[in-house]
Amino acid sequence: MINPDWITGLAGGVMIGTAGALYLLFNGRIMGASGIIGELVDGSGRATAVEKMMFLAGLIGAPALLLALPGDGIGSGQTNISTSLPVILIGGGLVGLGTRLAAGCTSGHGVCGISRLSLRGVVASLIYVGGGMAMMTALRHGLGLI
Amino acid sequence: MARLIMALLAGALFGAGLLMSGMTDTLKVQGFLDIAGAWDPTLAFVMAGAIVPMAFAWRVAAPRRATFLGLPLPARPPTRLDAQLLGGSALFGAGWALVGLCPGPALATLSFGGTGGAVFFFAMLAGMLLAGILRRRPLPLTQQEL
Repeated sequence: MINPDWITGLAGGVMIGTAGALYLLFNGRIMGASGIIGELVDGSGRATAVEKMMFLAGLIGAPALLLALPGDGIGSGQTNISTSLPVILIGGGLVGLGTRLAAGCTSGHGVCGISRLSLRGVVASLIYVGGGMAMMTALRHGLGLI
Repeated sequence: MARLIMALLAGALFGAGLLMSGMTDTLKVQGFLDIAGAWDPTLAFVMAGAIVPMAFAWRVAAPRRATFLGLPLPARPPTRLDAQLLGGSALFGAGWALVGLCPGPALATLSFGGTGGAVFFFAMLAGMLLAGILRRRPLPLTQQEL
């Protein structure tokens, strides 16, 4: 039995990969979310700041527009983000710190790196997925925290 | 100008894909990391769907000297595995498990993720700034090469 979530997941994935393909083949850039926002924040991406801001406008604006459309549209708009302030603060801090130290996240190292068979992308992805699974197992099933 | 429009378009397609795929719902992402519980494989379908068009784009880009807009293509990826890549990815994985947001979805959900999403976003920016400070200093972490 095929779960409908897997079909929309696959279709959404193709859209994400196509976005990365356009960004590479037209703009010559690797579509990495942590690099785009991180280089704007720390000032290292000043030369391409407008291009990065346009990308972010699309990334933030498109889901907002799609959710504002009448009817079911695509996606539920459910985020189910934790209600625990310490969890959100620590989680956000670790994601920001870790992705910038590693110079990539799920989009840059994951989608763009794995598809290019980049050693760093593949190794980073194995570590953040493996580490995330270990952390989830420890916190949820060991300590019962999340 | 074409470059800015393509950046907006790629960002919008990325955001729409994230929404469509269900990766803006932290429960689905945490479900993927929860291998010891009710494992949700959706994220693997998203990743597979994204890697196919992206791998095609790398093949199109390989023999070219410039993008369709005449812009330079990214250089060959470095192959060096260092402590920043490994440690940063582990920290990212831990934060990813805690909340279920990585940088792309953290941005895509900004318009509908409520206060929790906004707090996560600013904590992530703080972590990114900290990474910038750490990388500028010759810390043992950044000097150690494996």
